[in-house]
Order: sequence, then structure tokens, then C-alpha cells
Amino acid sequence: MSSFTLTVNGKKHTVDVDPDTPLLWVLRDSIGLTGTKYGCGQGYCGSCTVHVDGEAIRSCTMAIESLSDKKVTTIEGLSPNSSHPIQQAWIAHDVPQCGYCQSGQIMAAAALLSEKPDPNDEDINASMNLICRCGTYNRIREAVHVASENMRKKELGQKGGK
Amino acid sequence: MNATLNRRDFIKVSSLAGSGLVLGFYLPSKENESLFAEPLTDFSPNAFVKIDPTGTVTISVAKSEMGQGVRTSLPMIVAEELEADWSKVKIEQADAHPTKYGSQGTGGSFSVRGSWQMLRQAGATAREMLLTAAAQSWNADRSSCRAEKGFVVHSSGKKLSYGDLADAAGKLPVPTSVQLKDNKDFKILGKAIPKVDTPEKVNGSAMFGSDVRVKGMLFSSIEKCPVFGGKVKSFDAAKAKAVSGVKDVVNLENGVAVVATSTYAAFKGREALSITWDEGQWANQKSESIKKMFEDAVKQRGSVEDYDGDAEGAFASAATKVEAVYEVPFAAHATMEPMNCTAHVQSDRCEIWAPTQSPQGAQNEAARILGLPLDKITVHVTLLGGGFGRRLQSDYVQDAVKVSKAVNAPVQVMWKREDDMQHDWYRPATYNLMRGGLDKNGSPVAWLHRVAGPSSRGLVVGGSTPQYKIPNFMIDSHIKETGVPIGAWRSVGPSQNGWVVESFIDELAHASKKDPYEFRRQLLTRSPRLKRALEVAAEKAGWGKPLPKGIGRGIAAVEGFGSSIAQVAEVSVQPDGTVKIHRIVAAVDCGPVVNPNTIEAQIESAVVYAMSASMKDEITIARGRVVQSNFHDYSMPMINEMPKVEVHIIPSTEAIGGIGEPGLPPFAPALCNAIFAATGKRIRRLPIRPEDLKKA
Repeated sequence: MSSFTLTVNGKKHTVDVDPDTPLLWVLRDSIGLTGTKYGCGQGYCGSCTVHVDGEAIRSCTMAIESLSDKKVTTIEGLSPNSSHPIQQAWIAHDVPQCGYCQSGQIMAAAALLSEKPDPNDEDINASMNLICRCGTYNRIREAVHVASENMRKKELGQKGGK
Repeated sequence: MNATLNRRDFIKVSSLAGSGLVLGFYLPSKENESLFAEPLTDFSPNAFVKIDPTGTVTISVAKSEMGQGVRTSLPMIVAEELEADWSKVKIEQADAHPTKYGSQGTGGSFSVRGSWQMLRQAGATAREMLLTAAAQSWNADRSSCRAEKGFVVHSSGKKLSYGDLADAAGKLPVPTSVQLKDNKDFKILGKAIPKVDTPEKVNGSAMFGSDVRVKGMLFSSIEKCPVFGGKVKSFDAAKAKAVSGVKDVVNLENGVAVVATSTYAAFKGREALSITWDEGQWANQKSESIKKMFEDAVKQRGSVEDYDGDAEGAFASAATKVEAVYEVPFAAHATMEPMNCTAHVQSDRCEIWAPTQSPQGAQNEAARILGLPLDKITVHVTLLGGGFGRRLQSDYVQDAVKVSKAVNAPVQVMWKREDDMQHDWYRPATYNLMRGGLDKNGSPVAWLHRVAGPSSRGLVVGGSTPQYKIPNFMIDSHIKETGVPIGAWRSVGPSQNGWVVESFIDELAHASKKDPYEFRRQLLTRSPRLKRALEVAAEKAGWGKPLPKGIGRGIAAVEGFGSSIAQVAEVSVQPDGTVKIHRIVAAVDCGPVVNPNTIEAQIESAVVYAMSASMKDEITIARGRVVQSNFHDYSMPMINEMPKVEVHIIPSTEAIGGIGEPGLPPFAPALCNAIFAATGKRIRRLPIRPEDLKKA
């Protein structure tokens, strides 16, 4: 075992694990952040998606040793009080069914919007390649569009001032 | 807690403590009781309703939430009769109990329809007692009082909240019979109410089975015999024990468990195990042998399951004969959350946290393994990361109980995706010989369905009786042992038989040169409800209206789980054989509507689940093992393949039906019938393979 220090949701954590331990298990078992889920362990399903330096990655295949000095954001740290436009749109469209994949879906969608604030359906298809076994895909698509629209409206409001 | 606490403070503390868990005013000791001049008590006339003096209404949910929305729909039923203020209702997930709630098994699309009467009764009983309590306190006539949004209101306008009345209502006798509301007076039922657990599912705080964390717990992963029914012959744990974090290695006979301080250490420990297996009698089983066995079996008549008239005779003398073989593969459930369970076994008791569809099954299994009475086994039901029938089994609960007992500590057993894929209870693979006869006018006179399948008659044969009026029909079966465990897979028998029946009736329609919709419609004389669903689906989809070139339209209708559903699919097939679904139109009659929001979601969900089994990969067997292991070789539909799904809910006064499963069976036949309409190619083997449809 070795000691690793990483920043998760703005907080520094030091963990003693084997260097090849995937970030997923460090989050879930060492730090106790269980919002990030294990689905396949091979990067196929996306349930374990988190942000590393703002980019969506699959934490089940990212070894802790490759993460020094990187900033990790998980579903628990995406916003205080579920205020991120994606979370708000997810609530408004009542997207989740079983909900197990939704942390990953939300993190992937949030990363998509920060990169492409106005994604079209093709962009969504390309970035939201995560498995949802309950089939919430149509609501996911609607919610991403609505979140994008709400973000733009908010921005316009801020620019326009009073 | 100190002695200066006043009642107001105590109420505040009570309602803040724990989410949805009402500590209320069950004061544990005399000492606490003396804090208040008049101790108030909760009003809890039955297992499902509790009202505390603050007015908080707590409704217990005894079924398992796996995405179908029972934590919302079941409390809606109680709240409706109770005339509760929905915004103030709290939901509590019930632990397993042998009798208190009736059956807690969550399956068969039975939660709402099986609880409908009981939960209405529970809410109405509480409402009536609150009304009586108010009338007594006002010394007023009972008929001058009405219940409304958490209050009892007198005709004079004065009112008392349910919280104010809780203590008095709790002292009244529980009435034996109460008046239920008229459906037309429903205020909560029938509304598209958001699911109560959505907020916790968007911020990572929702607790699934694998999220359970108990003080001092260890993590375990089990290497199971890859061959069904096989056992451990011998093993060497030395290398596994040398892996950092590994605490122990336990022989479970059907597998070897590695116990460690983290899940990943347990996974790594497993890789270091060296095990010799006794592979048992199925070591050489393979898909080809299973198919051959079924193929040979259907040459002879099997056990007759259902019949009317003389189907063999009518077929022999039919003017037109149609024969076809339909093949269905094994299918895995592949819930997003792999199987897991956390257990803490102590000498005289056991506590379990399980994402289970069968809380009482889990309790029974633990009691059996440990030799403890049921009341010493506590089963907490967590959220389920998908169920679909897989979690009706208790194999993963047994794992956790056995490992915890062996290491004398709380243990979470986590299955890897590969374990989940290869140790499932699969939807049965079946082989169906279909024969149909038409008279000279093209009317069906004979229907013969001979099915061969594994292990369980019910799972293989269920849903095979055609809903159509055909004077002579016969269903017969050959049930064979294959060694492959089979189980309930979302919509069970109808999931495969709906496809077989609705595809073959389409073949008969084409053979009689009739429109497949009209052909069905005329034969649905015995099923007016299904006929209506068929008509609505056809009308909403614009059946008969021209479509763009290359697009075909198919229809199918299946009755089951107390509901009637028809679907129309619009599809096109690319030159490389890939199928594109443009639109699914569904018409649903599930009786009185509890929550249209969840009905729509369940139909969409059923469509995607059916897409996986009809358009993606299959489970195959080689050397006694499941060949597929993860989502690369057992793939899932993704967002880019998701069709538009239109759901039309038919206003209905029929008996209440289920909704979790019935949306599934019509999908595959509607799809395949549409492919036939688009290409002239009939799909008789699932899953659909591009090579079956590729242009030569």
C-alpha cells in the first residue's frame, strides 16, 4: 500500500491504498462518497462517471496513482443543494427510475454542458453514452435540452442586468 | 435530552431526527413522560398509517422500490382515502415482517393492484377515526364534519388539524368497516405526481444496497464455480491472503469468498486464488446441445397445457396451412446495480441490509441458514438499482449471511458485473413449433403451439394461450433439464410467448391476405378491453395512412398482469441490416390510473428492456458456463437508439391492473411485424441479427 493525496469536492484526502486501486473504490470505500456507482468495472456503462479537472471520466478504470494534483468532483460536490441546472432539470422532468446510473448520467451531462452549452441531439448521443437499464433516455435528452436553455436564459438575465 | 425541554422543542427535535422516520411521541420511559403534563401519542390505526401530534403523516411502504415508483404510488393510495396533505406526507420503507403487511414480495406487476383495496381501507379507516374524534371534541354531529387536506372541517367553518386530533383518534376503537371514496372524488390519484425519491437520486444521497456502510464492516467478493451446480474441490488461499487488505478466505462450497478491508482488495484477492472445481453433471453443456434437445423434443406431442376443440384434426383439413419455428434465447437481467447484500450475524441475531424484491424471502433464508427464529432476523430494504425479477431470488443474501457468520463481523458481499452476468436466473430459452390453419375464406380454424423449454413449466408456458377466437387450438409443452438456472424476467412467460403468438398471428393475417390490424380486431371478440387498446393504438398511430418509403408499420396486442396494451412500431431497415425504430405508439388500459407519470415512464422503460432482449445480445452456454461476461458482449440499447414513445392511457373503469411489466410483451412482435411490413422478411429467431436483414 502507498499513501496518496487527492482533492475531492474541494477537500484534501490522504488515503492508503494500492497504486492500481481505481478512483471509484477510493471514493466509495476509503473516502465514503457512495454517490458514485460501480456498474461494470470496465468503463462500459458510465455509472461511475466523475469529473477530473472538469472533464467527465469513468472512475472505475482510472488508477489512483495517475491522479496526483488533479481535482476530482463527484455527484456529492456538483452543487450545494442540488442547484446545478442539470440537477434542477432532472428533478423537473422526474428523470430517474431506479436511479442507480443517474449520478453518472448527471455528471456526464454537466460536463457536456460546460463544454457545449447548447448541445444538439447528436452531441447528446455522443457524450451521453451511458447505460440506463430502466430506459430513461428520452427524459435524459429532454432534461439536457431544458438545462441548456435555462443556463442560457440565466446568462442573458445576468448580462442584461436590471 | 435535558429536563428543561418543553413540548414545542421536543416536537422540533422529533421531526428533524432522521429523514422520514417518525420518532414521534413514543416516550420510552417514565422520566421522559414527566417532562410534559399530558403526554400525546401517535395515531396509528394500522401498519401503514401513523400520524404524530405535529400533523406529520407517515405512510409505510412494504414493497420494494426499484424504479417502478412504489414509494410514490402506494402512499398516494393511502393519502387519497386519508384526505392527507400530500406535501406533508413522509414515506417510511418497512423492514421485512412475516405477517404485518401481507406479502412484501414485489413482482408480477402486483404492488398497486394487490395493495389497492388494503391501502384504501387503511387510509379510510384513519380518516373515519379522525372525523369521529373531531365530532366528539366539538360535540357535533358526525355528518356535519368533513376531512380535507389534513384537517377535519366543521360545517360552521371551524377546523382541527390531524395533528391536533391524533391523540384523541388513537384512543378510539378501530372501525371494522368504512366507506371508501367514490373514484370521481379522487384528488391525488390520477395526478402526475413526481416520484418522492427523485431529489435524493440526483445528489448521490440515495441509499442502494451497495451504499450501506456499517461500523466495522468488511467487504467480500466471491469466486463462484463457473459451471452451474459445480462445487469447490480444493483451493489454495496463500497468495490471496498475501494481497494487502485481505483479511480472510472462506469456503462456501459453491465458491470461495475473499474478505477484505475494501471491495477492490477483495477483487484482487480473488484473482490470486487457485481453485480446483468439481464441475458436476453440466460441465459439457452448450447452447447447441440445448437447441438440439428442444428440436428433437417438438417432433412428438408433449404435455397438453391448454386446448379447445380438435386442433390437430382442424389443421389436417385446413385449406391453408402455415408452419413456422420461433426461437427465443436465454436473457440476463443485468440490473445496473450488481447483486450485493450486507449482513451482520451475531450469536443470537442477524441484521441484513438488502436490495431485495423479496424481503420475507431474505428473512426466511437467513433464519434457515442460521437456525434462528424469524423475529431475530431484521431485514432492512434499501433502494434497488433495478430488479426486473432478478432480486426475487435470495442467493446474494445467502452469500452475505454465510460470510458474515464465518468471519464474525458485518460484511458486504459485492458481486462483480461478470458474476452478475454469469450467475443469473435467466429468462428461459424456448423453441416453438407453430402451426396454423385457415379455412377457404381465410379465417383461422386451427392453432397449434408446441413449446420446448427448460426446467419450469410456468416460466416456459405462461402467456401462450392466444387471446383470439380460434375454434380449435392446442398448446403442448416439453420441459427439459438444461442445468441453466431460470427465473422471472420482467413480464415472465409473456415476454417470449407474446412475441411468438403475436408474430404468428401476423403470419396468419398475411396468409389470409387481410390487414393485420383488422384480422386481429375481428378475432378479439372475447377480449373487449384488449380490442379497445388495439383500436386506440391503431388510431393514434394513423394505421392505414401512407408512410414514407422504406418505413414499415407493425402492430401487436397482449393482455397480462391485469392490463391490456397494444403497440404500433414504425421501423426502417438500413442496407447493412440495422434496424431503426422511428416511433412506438402504445395504448394502455390499466384500469383506474394511480399516477400517469409512472405509467408513461414504465411503458418507455418496458420498451427499452424489450429492445435489449430482441435487438441486442443473447446469453449462450459453452462448457457448462455462460459465455457472456460484461456489457461488451451483452450490450444494451443506448440513448442514440431510443425511439420516440407515445403513451396513450385509455380512461377505464375496469379493475385496476399492473404496469411494470405489461408494456414489454407487445414490443418485440410489433417491431418484427413492422420489419416484415418494411422488408418482407419474417424474424423468427431473437435477437434480431443484422445479417438476417442485410440486403444480398
